[in-house]
Amino acid sequence: MSEPTHHTHTVVPPRVYATVFGILLCFTALTVFASYFELGTFNAVVALAIAVIKAVLVILFFMHIRYSSRLTKLTISAGFFTLIVLLLMTMTDYISRAWGMW
Amino acid sequence: MDSQAIATIPEQEHAGHEHPEYVRHHFATAAQQRETANFGMWLFLLTEIMFFSGLFAAYLIYRNWYYPAFVTGSHQLKIWAGTLNTLVLICSSFTMAMAVYSAEMRKRKALLRWMAITLILGMGFLCIKGYEWHDEWEHHHVPGLNFSTTAFTHVDPRYPMDKPLAPDMAEKTQTYFSLYFTMTGLHAFHMIVGICVLIFLMYKAWGGAYTNGHMNTVENFGLYWHFVDIVWIFLFPLLYLISRHQ
Repeated sequence: MSEPTHHTHTVVPPRVYATVFGILLCFTALTVFASYFELGTFNAVVALAIAVIKAVLVILFFMHIRYSSRLTKLTISAGFFTLIVLLLMTMTDYISRAWGMW
Repeated sequence: MDSQAIATIPEQEHAGHEHPEYVRHHFATAAQQRETANFGMWLFLLTEIMFFSGLFAAYLIYRNWYYPAFVTGSHQLKIWAGTLNTLVLICSSFTMAMAVYSAEMRKRKALLRWMAITLILGMGFLCIKGYEWHDEWEHHHVPGLNFSTTAFTHVDPRYPMDKPLAPDMAEKTQTYFSLYFTMTGLHAFHMIVGICVLIFLMYKAWGGAYTNGHMNTVENFGLYWHFVDIVWIFLFPLLYLISRHQ
């Protein structure tokens, strides 16, 4: 019988969780703080950038993807790539139909 | 053991290798079983991401079309409640990560303790959310059931730089609040499901499950809980923090 693909399982130490937890709290404070400044279009950009950073931290460390097999990493990347394609196609359609509304 | 396994694998061959009793027959090793379980959970979570993203796409388009209505609508929400709920949910994600760690370390009491804290935080989130919904009902912000545009056609004293909305744009605040209630409602529904599953897992963990080396169930539930946290991480700035500086 052939051996399955070998992937060593890493136990993530609580120190890592605590660090990520602290960073997430800081970013939450930062996103509230940033929303009180007039940055024009960049208000939305900053808010989304912070949200994406927080989500990536949760996925990498709390959800252990940093320590997962290549198969899992690739599958999740493919999922998010598909999501971006779907959102872009939707937006392209709306932007090109309603001239002047954007 | 099912009949097919008996038919295809001779008994003496099966007896040749040792493995923990929780490894199902179709897996070669416990590690393979664990990775397969995680992989399956992630496929489910990807479908959940696609499900919520449909709403996020709708939000994106309507926010661009009716931006003034979205700004005024967002100003009606309580920023402290949203921030507090974000903190509560991030704390619960941390405690859930610690619960999974405790299961990994085979510490039954620690596992139960972290799960209990996660449960309390999850219920706390729902209480704060419920308080907000009640407040919005009182202020006639619920489209279709209890909605009035009067809050949007005059200047809000808290946001003196906001111009009062024209009647047609004031109507569009219903779009904002429809999305708000749909998205936070579906998120809260996921929280309720999570809390029910968590109570069941605590019952099982009380009896000693998950601390004998077989912890796939707790680990996968952790993934679900973190996913619900991620959805809120996006909902919070998009719904509560639109142009707060005005």
